[in-house]
Amino acid sequence: MDGNVEDFAETTTTIDRTQSGSAPIKVDCRHIDVFYDDKQAIHDISLEIEDRSVTAFIGPSGCGKSTFLRCINRMNDTIEAAKVTGEIFMDGANINDPSIDPVLLRSRVGMVFQKPNPFPKSIYDNIGYGPRIHGLASGKAEMDEIVEKSLRKAGLWEEVKDRLQAPGTSLSGGQQQRLCIARAIAVSPEVILMDEPCSALDPIATAKIEELIDELRERYCIVMVTHSMQQAARVSQKTAFFHLGKLIEYGDTEKIFTNPEHGRTQDYITGRFG
Amino acid sequence: MPDHIVTAFTDELEHLSANLLRMGGLAESMIMDASRAVATFDLELARDVIKRDRAIDELEVEAEKAIVRLIALRHPMATDLRAVLGAMKLAGDIERIGDLCKNIGKRCLELTGDENRAAVKGIERMSRAVSHQLQLALDCYLRQDIEAAKTVLDMDDDIDDHYTSLFRETLTYMMEDPRQIGSNTHLIFMAKNLERIGDHATNIAKAVYYMVTGETTTGAKIESRLAEDDHGEQR
Repeated sequence: MDGNVEDFAETTTTIDRTQSGSAPIKVDCRHIDVFYDDKQAIHDISLEIEDRSVTAFIGPSGCGKSTFLRCINRMNDTIEAAKVTGEIFMDGANINDPSIDPVLLRSRVGMVFQKPNPFPKSIYDNIGYGPRIHGLASGKAEMDEIVEKSLRKAGLWEEVKDRLQAPGTSLSGGQQQRLCIARAIAVSPEVILMDEPCSALDPIATAKIEELIDELRERYCIVMVTHSMQQAARVSQKTAFFHLGKLIEYGDTEKIFTNPEHGRTQDYITGRFG
Repeated sequence: MPDHIVTAFTDELEHLSANLLRMGGLAESMIMDASRAVATFDLELARDVIKRDRAIDELEVEAEKAIVRLIALRHPMATDLRAVLGAMKLAGDIERIGDLCKNIGKRCLELTGDENRAAVKGIERMSRAVSHQLQLALDCYLRQDIEAAKTVLDMDDDIDDHYTSLFRETLTYMMEDPRQIGSNTHLIFMAKNLERIGDHATNIAKAVYYMVTGETTTGAKIESRLAEDDHGEQR
C-alpha cells in the first residue's frame, strides 16, 4: 500500500473503482498467528484490507483462510482451543484489546456463513432480532423501517414484502442466504465477512448474491472466503492466496488471475496443485 | 511447471501448441517454395503453393475451435490464459502469412519469365531472411524464449531495408524498360508481401513475450527489459 492512503481518505469520500490501491484501509492485520492447541493454523500473516471493496481469500481446504476470516470478528474466541496472537486494527483501534467487547465488535463486523442459517422465526424477526438486542430501534415504526431497508439492500424486499410473518426457513436457499445478508446489514455493520456464501446455492441464486455483493461494496468493506476462483475473479478487487496457513500472495484480483507473482499461486489457480 | 490435475487440460494445451507449430512449419515452407517458384519460374510449384494455403486455413479453424473449447470448458487462468490468448494471436498471424504466400504464388503465375534477374534474386534473398525470421519466431514460441523474441524484433529492420532497396531497384528497371512495368509491379507486391510476413513474425515474437511475462509490449520495451536483466535485476 502506498504512503498517501491516509491523505486520500481525508480529502475525498468517493472511491474511484477503477484505480486499485486508492481505497483507505479498513482492517489492518499485523503478524497474526493462530494456534489450535499446539497446532499452528496461521503463520504470521499481515494483511491490509481496503474499505468499500471486496477482498477474496482463496486457497485449498485447510489453508487457514476461514480461520483468518474469523479473526476479524473474533469468532475464534468462541473456540476453546484456539489462540490468536498479533494485532488487528479496525479504523486504528486494536480489536483484540481487552477493553473491546466482542459482542459490540460483531455488530460492526457482520458475518454470513456457508449454509444459510435463518433463525427459526419470521422473516421480520430474523431482521429485527439484531437491531432489537443492540437497541437500534426505539419503536415499531423505526423497526419496520430497518427491516424494509435491510431487505431492500439485500435485494429481497420485493420477493417477501407480502409475507414478512412467514418463517425465514420457508424461503428458497438463495432467498435464505439473502435474508442472512439482510440480517447482517440490519445492525449497520462496517465490515461484512462471508464464508463461502454461495457454496450451497445454484448458479442463479449465486449470481444474485454476487450482484448484491457488488452493490454492497459501495457502503461496506467485504471480505469473502470462496472456493470458486471464478467467483473471486468476478466479484473481488483484491485477492489473497493462502497455503498451509501462510499468506502466499496478496494483490489486485486482475493481476492474481492473469499474472501472479508466485509459483504456488500460479499452480493453484491454474489447477496444477499437487 | 507441474502438469494440471486434470490431465486432459494439459493434453489440450499441448495439442493446441503442436497444431500451431504445424501451421508455422507449413507457412515456413510456403515462403521458401513461393520464392523458389519465382526464382526458377516454376509455375507448377507456384500452383502448389496456392493450393497449400488451404491446409493452413483448415488448421486455423481447428485451432480456433480448440481455443473456444478451452476457454469455455477449462476457464484457463494466469499462464494458461496467456497461452490460450497467445495461441489465438499466433493462429491469426500464421494464417495471414499463408494468405500472403498464396498471393506471391498467384503473382508468380503473372510473370513472363524474363524479369530482371537481379530483382528476382532480391526476392529470393529477402524471402530467405523472412523465412529465417519466422523460423526463429516459432522457435521462441516452442521454447518460450524471450531472448530470441528480441532477435526476431531486431531482424525486422533488416527486412524493411531489404524491401526498400528492392523497391528502388525495381523502379529503376521499370524506368529503363517500360515493357517491364507489369511484371516488375508484381515483384514489388511480392516484396511487400514478404515485408508483411516479417511483421507477422514480429507479432508472433511479441505474443510470446506476452505469454512468458504477462506484459503487453513494444519492441523498445523488450529491449530495455532484457537490458535490465543483463544488469542482474532478475524478476
